[in-house]
Amino acid sequence: MTTTTSPAAKAAGGTADYLDQRTGLGAAVKGLSRKIFPDHWSFLLGEIALYSFIVILISGVFLTLFFVPSMAETDYEGPWAAMNGVEMSEAFASTLRLSFEVRGGLLMRQIHHWAALLFMASIVTHMMRVFFTGAFRKPRELNWLIGFTLMILGLAAGFSGYSLPDDVLSGNGLRITDGVVRSIPIIGSYLSYFIFGGEFPGQDLIPRLFIVHVLLVPAIILALVGLHLFLVFLQKHTQYPGGGRTNTNVVGFPLFPIYVAKAGGFFFIVFGVIALMAATMTINPVWNYGPYDPSPVGAGAQPDWYMLFLEGSLRLMPGQGTEWVIGGYTLSLNVLIPAVVVPGILFTALAAYPFIEQFVTGDKREHHVLDRPRNVPFRTATGVAILTAFFILVLAGSNDLIATQFDLSINDITWTFRVLFFVAPVLAFWITKRICLGLQRKDRELVLHGHETGRIVRFAHGEYIEVHRPLDDQERWLRVSQEPNRPLEIEPAEDSRGVRRKGYRKDVLRQRLSRIFFEDRVEPVTPAELAAAHSHGEHDALGSVHQTHGGANVPELDQAGTDGVPTVTAAGGGRRLAEPETPQQGPGADARNH
Amino acid sequence: MKALAARRHHRLAPLVLLLLALLVTGGLYAALAPSPATAASTPTADDVATGEKLFQASCATCHGLNAQGTQDAPSLIGVGAASVDFQVSTGRMPMQANGPQVIAKPPQFAEEETRQLAAYVASLGPGPAIPTDEMVDPSKGDPANGMALFRTNCAMCHNAVGAGGALSKGKYAPDLRETSPVAIYEAMQTGPQSMPVFNDATLTPEEKRDIIAYVDEQRAGSPGGAQLGALGPVSEGLWVWVLGMGLLIGCAVWIGAKSS
Repeated sequence: MTTTTSPAAKAAGGTADYLDQRTGLGAAVKGLSRKIFPDHWSFLLGEIALYSFIVILISGVFLTLFFVPSMAETDYEGPWAAMNGVEMSEAFASTLRLSFEVRGGLLMRQIHHWAALLFMASIVTHMMRVFFTGAFRKPRELNWLIGFTLMILGLAAGFSGYSLPDDVLSGNGLRITDGVVRSIPIIGSYLSYFIFGGEFPGQDLIPRLFIVHVLLVPAIILALVGLHLFLVFLQKHTQYPGGGRTNTNVVGFPLFPIYVAKAGGFFFIVFGVIALMAATMTINPVWNYGPYDPSPVGAGAQPDWYMLFLEGSLRLMPGQGTEWVIGGYTLSLNVLIPAVVVPGILFTALAAYPFIEQFVTGDKREHHVLDRPRNVPFRTATGVAILTAFFILVLAGSNDLIATQFDLSINDITWTFRVLFFVAPVLAFWITKRICLGLQRKDRELVLHGHETGRIVRFAHGEYIEVHRPLDDQERWLRVSQEPNRPLEIEPAEDSRGVRRKGYRKDVLRQRLSRIFFEDRVEPVTPAELAAAHSHGEHDALGSVHQTHGGANVPELDQAGTDGVPTVTAAGGGRRLAEPETPQQGPGADARNH
Repeated sequence: MKALAARRHHRLAPLVLLLLALLVTGGLYAALAPSPATAASTPTADDVATGEKLFQASCATCHGLNAQGTQDAPSLIGVGAASVDFQVSTGRMPMQANGPQVIAKPPQFAEEETRQLAAYVASLGPGPAIPTDEMVDPSKGDPANGMALFRTNCAMCHNAVGAGGALSKGKYAPDLRETSPVAIYEAMQTGPQSMPVFNDATLTPEEKRDIIAYVDEQRAGSPGGAQLGALGPVSEGLWVWVLGMGLLIGCAVWIGAKSS
């Protein structure tokens, strides 16, 4: 460093000063750049979604320069032999030109599509993280709803974009959409005519989808992403439990320079991975599917992965006996249930879960420290059950490919999934809950008795024991800091004067639900239990035994054993031999931000 | 040229010339020789007689001594040479095991024997003949028309590019991208197993050739990179989760680990 500044630094400083004098930006930048964020890899999942969305915007702008959103008929003349001279819509022809004649066009299309798949995948993964760690608790319920809406908008953006090239595959998807819309009782057929501007497929749909895809949905997504991030700033980021991390602080690093560098770098990593996939792997080869025509359907016709659960739901539904004609009107339960009711239930459960949990626990406090998934077994099990149902539907949507790839009968697969759709979530719920409770017991065991070291000690009177190493402060804090979730205790129905209490019935419902949630539980170790565990047995008799990690330097132990197993020559014995704690640096915050 | 002229009198020059001449002759022969596996050579009475012997040795157990059929297998009278050629040259016949579908395997008969079997069965009654080279030459077909025909007639079972698809109860439409043009033609003509017959009234021989041209185009691969099995959005979804999310979560863990 020299004291003389370079011309570039001078110019930058001058510009910053100019802006600061006119806008007072300096204070905001200063505050922002000192904002503390906690560090954990799982906090980057949402960033993957954000960055893939930016990649989608950039590549999407490029695509709009060449795409023609029109259903007018044209004859394609171009280098792709299998389409040369074929009659098709302007939309499809321009997609082919974009792919084969525009320099870099195919790469851009593939970047756009891979980024879209990644966008949805990262949103779902990010949602899982938020759900399983309880990050949706007060004050973040609203942000959970915003995130949920973003996911739905992501589906809308993906589906509208998937349909734009006007190829056979996407046209099949639109035809199914049309069928689903028509299955809605009473208004169905009107709604279909309204959406398609007349009988399917009509002439209006592509221009309409285009404006939905390039203006409406992205604009709302952008606005909500802004709000989503603003709320993260405002409410501060949640942090994982650990020593020194409380509800009133944030332990981590400042935005500048740590996260500016990390996030900036991660953007390029995300862009790089997307570009790598787009450059080497074909996605949505519309030139294979051909221009849309309502008659043909290809084998293996499926939507993109995030809509696959709907396809699976439709494929699982038995068709016979589920379409009723009532007074001359058709009620298509075979479409209505799988395509409207089932996703409706799954999505409503997902969106409403924070509010359900809040009602059950009656907890109105703010939470800024995350839960470890094991510590809330019911929630974790519910999440896994919803995911299992979703996954079964995704597999059911791929049943024909499972049949061909694994040499199975598609009929058997379909029946298996029909059963599994009801059984597997229940099983997954039960298994997950048991695993969570088991992990909690393991935590208790660890806190009370320490780590097994694998070192066996024999006492003079012949007793063998294994040496346990106590947990350090950080490890212990992680395992004991959670609040125990207990079923609610409510006030009696009548007060001391025998007058019936208002709101008692609501409380009873709340208590009943609360029992379902928290009846099975493992309480965290209390300080008293810990103290008892440390003093029980004949520990005190061994209080003078000092060991270091290597097992050497033990005055009271005889190292004469040929196999190196130390034996105790001192009189007396004990059930457990604990290594002394190594001095710990007290749990402290790296930085604080209130 | 100067270098060539200087070595003109090298003592190995005649040897090099001889090798070149042999290479050219061999190359020309390979390029111009007629390929044997066609009906171009008309079957002789000898072929029919040898074919009958082969038939009685390997096929008669199920199809009957005179190919009249039994309760286990259909009559072959009138199925034509094309049907025999398809079933035997793709290894489907003789059948190895009962199952939802007769599976293709390495052919059990030599080309010559297949031709003789076909000649015998063809002699039992009139049926579709094995197509000539010209009838199945992809370069003579129009892939664009083939695409349109394929989409309407074939793609619902065989997938948009012929990658195959599932049928009911363990049956399936096989992948066409490794199937020979002759076999594709014969399959359309004779409709083996679950496949419908596309006779010359449904799809003219020219249209069949267009379809073959379209399927042949697919062997060139995809301009967009790896095809991922050409199975559509499901395999794309699988790859975005395994590769895309896998790599990025790996990077996230790496970035997260860098600070603490």
